[in-house]
Amino acid sequence: MDLINNLALGFGVAFTLQNLAYAFIGCFLGTVIGVLPGIGPLATIAMLLPATYALPPVAALIMLAGIYYGAQYGGSTTAILVNLPGESSSVVTVIDGYQMARNGRAGPALAAAGLGSFFAGCVGTLILAAFAAPLTELAFKFGPAEYFSLMILGLIGAVVLASGSLLKAIAMIVLGLLMGMVGTDVNSGVARFSLDIPELTDGIGFIVIAMGVFGYGEIISNLAKHESERQVFTANVTGLWPTKEDFRNMIPAVLRGTALGSLLGILPGGGAVMAAFAAYTLEKKTPLRPGEVPFGKGNIRGVAAPESANNAGAQTSFIPLLTLGIPPNAVMALMVGAMTIHNIQPGPQVMTSNPELFWGLIASMWIGNLMLVILNLPLIGIWIKLLSAPYRWLFPSIVLFCAIGVYSTNNTTFDIWLVGIFGFIGYLFIKLGTEPAPLLLGFILGPMMEEYLRRALLLSRGDWSVFLTRPLSAGLLVAAALLLVVVLMPSVKAKREEAFVED
Amino acid sequence: MSIKSQKDFFSGLMFMSVGVAFAWGAGSYSIGTGARMGPGYFPMALGVLLAILGAAITFKALVVGPEDGDKVGAFAWKPLVFIIAANLVFGAMIGGLPSIGLPPMGLMVGIVLLTFISSLAGDEFNFKEVAVLSVVLAFMSYLAFVLLLKLQFPVWPAFISG
Repeated sequence: MDLINNLALGFGVAFTLQNLAYAFIGCFLGTVIGVLPGIGPLATIAMLLPATYALPPVAALIMLAGIYYGAQYGGSTTAILVNLPGESSSVVTVIDGYQMARNGRAGPALAAAGLGSFFAGCVGTLILAAFAAPLTELAFKFGPAEYFSLMILGLIGAVVLASGSLLKAIAMIVLGLLMGMVGTDVNSGVARFSLDIPELTDGIGFIVIAMGVFGYGEIISNLAKHESERQVFTANVTGLWPTKEDFRNMIPAVLRGTALGSLLGILPGGGAVMAAFAAYTLEKKTPLRPGEVPFGKGNIRGVAAPESANNAGAQTSFIPLLTLGIPPNAVMALMVGAMTIHNIQPGPQVMTSNPELFWGLIASMWIGNLMLVILNLPLIGIWIKLLSAPYRWLFPSIVLFCAIGVYSTNNTTFDIWLVGIFGFIGYLFIKLGTEPAPLLLGFILGPMMEEYLRRALLLSRGDWSVFLTRPLSAGLLVAAALLLVVVLMPSVKAKREEAFVED
Repeated sequence: MSIKSQKDFFSGLMFMSVGVAFAWGAGSYSIGTGARMGPGYFPMALGVLLAILGAAITFKALVVGPEDGDKVGAFAWKPLVFIIAANLVFGAMIGGLPSIGLPPMGLMVGIVLLTFISSLAGDEFNFKEVAVLSVVLAFMSYLAFVLLLKLQFPVWPAFISG
């Protein structure tokens, strides 16, 4: 069977000592940075990306995937122990996880998160491996019109599933698309919006935006909070293993979370955050068993389900990236940037032209998940130590990592000035209540979208109806329109707002 | 008419002005037609779209919602200024500032200055503690970035290493 052959090839690549080591280093570093409150996977990946420059492409991607999982998992640890979500996908984990920690059950909560994530990761990897081949086939049927429509669907999806105001999220995407326009136009050679600054003719580096907006912006707003909001729960974590009763409650929740997460991860715009919210909402709707702790008071299902869902979603959101070359969310947009730095153009051709890389990456995802469990459960003591270090020691280190990361990307000081500006802009976004993730997605997709639009219209001689007369393209646009209509329906709109404002 | 949601009102204004600026800039490039898009075509369309979205957000902020909701709140100028300044000083130490005749001072000096300046952003500032932290960070960075990852940095001031 193809699937098995492919996976065998992948494991052959991933199981070399060198690649295992990179997967391990990635998971470890990702967790170290991800555990820090306020530093999500985006900032973590942006910060650690320069560390992978010197590696061969396969090893670099394996390490990056490890960093991503590590950051994701580190975020949950922070959520449970500190009552602060380390990143947005663990916002709901905070609710029951922290309550469990306060009741002295931090151990089982962490174990539930770890084991649930591991299971979900396994399922997600299998789905990824199974879907990759047929979807790649489909991708070869795509012309420029289809790609353009798919990006529209992806961007609409990203907005619909994001939290907060719909209009503002759309505006942020458009702003991102516009920022992507800065630099030399590939077709005419005109340097657009470069303000006569030579460095800007190459465009704004995505690391600069990611680091400025997500790194500095978040540090500044964290520092603006009062000390008491950053309290760490440092009581002893005893008894890691969940009880039999815990397992009985956990298992169905993990299964539901995994299913929901895998599904939402594939959708354009989906991914870990939405998966976690949806899974928690679903658990709350499922009746309590007799004698079970209510939600919000430390129910283990409230930890297991969203954590499984966000990991499954994190996994399956690689599908659109690897098969179509289109990042479904901001983290994957960063991955695109990382792949281009290593001279890999993400898309359907990766699988055929570079099967070692493709299947090796998939296999290493599973290994990464396994490592997380091995790494996190025994090492939890170290993370707690790290969390109890005063913030005044941590943030200068974070600032330093950001600065070194930015400088080493291009070795130009100009980027350091630019990141200063984006740090201010990032803080402004936070103050104005505008979600910055869609901006990054738009930024990466901007040039691609323009190119596909140009090609599609060139082929149709300027006839816009081409997007509707080609069935695949029309289907994608209809899906995008439906998404918008559904979200704007009053009943759904109220539900959506309710889902994101968790009590 | 009064502002209902400050956050929305000001973000709307921001989107509007940025949209107008981009559209205005795009106007200086050739626009072309659909079949032959010039470099100004796509940015012009996006700029106009952003300006419209911004106007809609601003308008909504004036009409919908409770009075004085969603305040922007005070800017945390202290962390903002020190964090950004730390970053800029670090850049100047690495690259030097030829315009004022400052030679590159290298990574080590950069790290120490960055640690001190960024520490000023916090609630407490303890000179001894920050000094220790800066030495630790400089040492670890040397190990990790220079020795292990072999990133290209001027490590020491130009007049020492030559």
